[in-house]
Amino acid sequence: MNWLGSFDPALSEDEDVFRRRAGFLYRLHVDGTMLLLLVLIGLVGLVILYSASGRNWDLVLKQGISFGIGLGAMLVIAQIEPRFMARWVPLGYLFGVFLLLVVDIMGHNAMGATRWINIPGVIRFQPAELMKILMPATVAWYLSNHSLPAGLKHTAIALVLILIPFALIVRQPDLGTALLVLAAGAFVLFIGGLRWVWIGSALAAVVPVAIGMWYFVMHDYQRQRVLTFLDPESDPLGSGWNIIQSKAAIGSGGTFGKGWLQGTQSHLDFLPESHTDFIIAVLAEEFGLVGISLLLLLYTLLILRGLVITVQAQTLFGKLLAGALTMTFFVYVFVNIGMVSGLLPVVGVPLPFISFGGTALVTLLSGFGVLMSIHTHRKWIAQV
Amino acid sequence: MPQPISLKDHEQDALLVRQRAATGLAFVLILVVVLFARMYYLQVIQYDYHATLSENNRVHVQPIPPTRGLVFDRDGRILADNRPSFSLTMTRERAGEWRSVLDVLVQVLEFGPEEREQFEKRLLQGRRPFEPVPILFELSEEQIARVAVNQFQLPGVEVSAQLVRHYPYMEHFAHSVGYVGRINDQELKRLDPVNYSGTHHMGKTGIEKFYEAELHGQVGYEEVETNARGRVLRVLKHTDPKPGQDVVLSLDLDLQQVAEEALGGRRGAIIALQPSTGEVLAMVSQPSFNPNLFVTGISFKEYAALRDSIDRPLYNRVLRGLYPPGSTIKPMMAVAGLDSGVVTPATRVFDPGFYQLPGVDHKYRNWNRGGDGWVSLETAISRSNDTYFYSMAHKMGIDRMYDYMTRFGIGQRVSLDMHEEATGLMPSRQWKRSRYRQAWFPGETLILGIGQGYMQTTPLQLVQATALVANRGKWIRPRLARTVGGSPPVDTRPVPDIQVRDPKYWDYVRHGMEMVMHSAQGTAKKVGATARYRIAGKSGTAQVVGIRQGERYDSGRLAERHRDHALFVGFAPAENPQIAVAVMVENGESGSGVAAPVVKKVMDAWLLDERGQLRQEYAPAQPTETKTP
Repeated sequence: MNWLGSFDPALSEDEDVFRRRAGFLYRLHVDGTMLLLLVLIGLVGLVILYSASGRNWDLVLKQGISFGIGLGAMLVIAQIEPRFMARWVPLGYLFGVFLLLVVDIMGHNAMGATRWINIPGVIRFQPAELMKILMPATVAWYLSNHSLPAGLKHTAIALVLILIPFALIVRQPDLGTALLVLAAGAFVLFIGGLRWVWIGSALAAVVPVAIGMWYFVMHDYQRQRVLTFLDPESDPLGSGWNIIQSKAAIGSGGTFGKGWLQGTQSHLDFLPESHTDFIIAVLAEEFGLVGISLLLLLYTLLILRGLVITVQAQTLFGKLLAGALTMTFFVYVFVNIGMVSGLLPVVGVPLPFISFGGTALVTLLSGFGVLMSIHTHRKWIAQV
Repeated sequence: MPQPISLKDHEQDALLVRQRAATGLAFVLILVVVLFARMYYLQVIQYDYHATLSENNRVHVQPIPPTRGLVFDRDGRILADNRPSFSLTMTRERAGEWRSVLDVLVQVLEFGPEEREQFEKRLLQGRRPFEPVPILFELSEEQIARVAVNQFQLPGVEVSAQLVRHYPYMEHFAHSVGYVGRINDQELKRLDPVNYSGTHHMGKTGIEKFYEAELHGQVGYEEVETNARGRVLRVLKHTDPKPGQDVVLSLDLDLQQVAEEALGGRRGAIIALQPSTGEVLAMVSQPSFNPNLFVTGISFKEYAALRDSIDRPLYNRVLRGLYPPGSTIKPMMAVAGLDSGVVTPATRVFDPGFYQLPGVDHKYRNWNRGGDGWVSLETAISRSNDTYFYSMAHKMGIDRMYDYMTRFGIGQRVSLDMHEEATGLMPSRQWKRSRYRQAWFPGETLILGIGQGYMQTTPLQLVQATALVANRGKWIRPRLARTVGGSPPVDTRPVPDIQVRDPKYWDYVRHGMEMVMHSAQGTAKKVGATARYRIAGKSGTAQVVGIRQGERYDSGRLAERHRDHALFVGFAPAENPQIAVAVMVENGESGSGVAAPVVKKVMDAWLLDERGQLRQEYAPAQPTETKTP
């Protein structure tokens, strides 16, 4: 496990050996291990996408180009010093909140698309995507300016920083993205040593609030919607249909799968959204439990590497941000696979690097760029 | 901002983060194991189950459409029911080259390219994969046999039994009950895709449209295992649909038929309602059409014939027909005049046969060119004297008139549950400014006083205004449904009652309306003379083409379609109103001569028993003498 780096915070001899070997990549501020894992997962994604899209080369090519653009963005972001980031991130946060407000106001006037900033011919993007990195970075910046674990006051201020963009994204309405942004902010607090008692009591408070809402606030039809959300299979003509079909696709894959391009469920239009949110079902059907296990292994190694970077980071800002980004990445993986296999309710979360979609790729790879920046600027800081 | 971070703090922070990262790693590993376990459960433990499902067999979720609620008349006679009928369905995914299968099908059933195009259009409207889409309804025995014999070359084509809406009384209730038709693309976007997943028809007009949500019901479903050819092998799960609710209408089949006969094949509209409840008893718009044509898809030629007919059978004259109310508005104007104080019951106006605004040459003519001499409010109503109402309108002014007429429902949607009711128009200064960018002229107020000019009303608004006089201002929205799913419909936007300074005003006006029928000078005294009970009524004519100053209306010289529409409104028995009726006969010319007898026939059918006597329960509270004065 040497190549994953050691958990020793001090620079060990192994580290030095590793760094000399990867000298070239290091000067480019790229973490070789991480790049290798990212490219591997990306290739797996393209292979599955080819099958899931019904051998659609155009789609695969498009995804490949997006992946390339994402790698470029990652490379650029990796050049930015973490200290520089920490200085400018709060301003970026304010700008992001401003954009969310603009989208909110415009959306209400236009009675329609409320997620996009669209300057025709120039740029078109979702401010919510920006927040996936800017918000945890800002909370990390705030907490790193005070000693850990954060006291009541600092925790409260950090919570406000988290809840403002969360509330604005919920209003869009985009619950899936909002929960991911919320998770990113919450993980900063967690890595920053939020007291277990507080975490426990916050979780404990959810139960009575939910029960109170259920009995006193919600109407019958709202309760019905919550029930179908929690148990999609009770609504087999709506969202439950996807789950029934994806479970059949996954289960029929067996241990070794039916072979690449041989899946029947996913190819006969049974499986909806087979190349986006439900793409893991195609992998499971064609490559079986073995394929799934290998993908899970790749993801786990990537997360492990992220946590190593977290521990080895030299600034508190870097530690908090790296830890939060890594844990959020895991949430993506867990929620998506859990949803497709019928463990979790259906929320629109794509599978990182596998699901078709350019925006998500660029955002994810940018996050890894931040991790690489934190890791590769370390030596330089140590020399100061 | 320089941050004095001591080295000791830094080390402690690093330790804390390290602990948390380790905890995080533990979480990650545990949850990865959970995911692996889930996959293991699905792919290894449940493998056989899923493998058989996907080997040659497929899991399907089939929606079971709910049975549509029935529509009854007030005595429980069925106006809309569901009949089993055989239809031809096709599943594109099972047909393989479905376009060529369609060619074979058209050939087998001996249809032409026009039908083929229609089938293809219907097939393309299929919403989900593996959904059997109905392409032809009401198959004949021969067609079923032809499909059965050629089944081997028609993969994916099936004959299935379905319930299809049927209207046993055909054109008699086409305008009130309405009809259902195939759901089109635009409607599909607005519907709940789950609840309508098994439904191919929805209400398009009338009651069928207004109570669509209640009539439709809740979809059920069946999870079935099918083989590769689509045959159902096993039902895995079954949930019953919730049938739609029945709607009982207040319409009376017998009265409806009497009313239609009374119109005697003329174009026109009749609406009768019970003033005390707002229940509509009969609703006639002639000519009508057979709603059954629309259920299974009307051919383009048939539809074009209906749409382009000069008689406009698709047009609901009761709800959408806009006519100047003519003199039928005078009773309501009289109430407005009394309550606003511009006239009293004793006010008298001299009628030389015309009215002139001070300082203007233009003569506003009374219909009776010779003039009626001195007229009071009641004689002005009974003689339908225009001069009196010109004078009253001038004193009242447009603003107060607008206010009162609006309270009578003119220019408003008055019904509780009728689809696509027209608003009509009650003009005002503001309306004219925004519509024509012009100021209001005093002369326009005058002709409004006799129901001409910009004012536009529907027969429904006229009967409601009349019912308000019968009810002494109590507002009850006219309604077609008595009960929906067993409970009466609720008015969520009730209209405030019309309050007048002295309730006696209603009596003066009602007496005037009685005199229309029962006094020696009354305009409809011929009809009133034959009545077994007292009627309060008012005639009117609605101009179709304008008459120039100094010219006379000469029916002989006008083409039939340019002749005036005949209007009549009334309620009876005058002392204890049980029924209010409005009749419009297109190009009927004479309100009292043509429309009034129709009104009386409808009233007779409702109020008289088999022996031709007034029914006991409808008799006036205190028997009064029924001699005509």
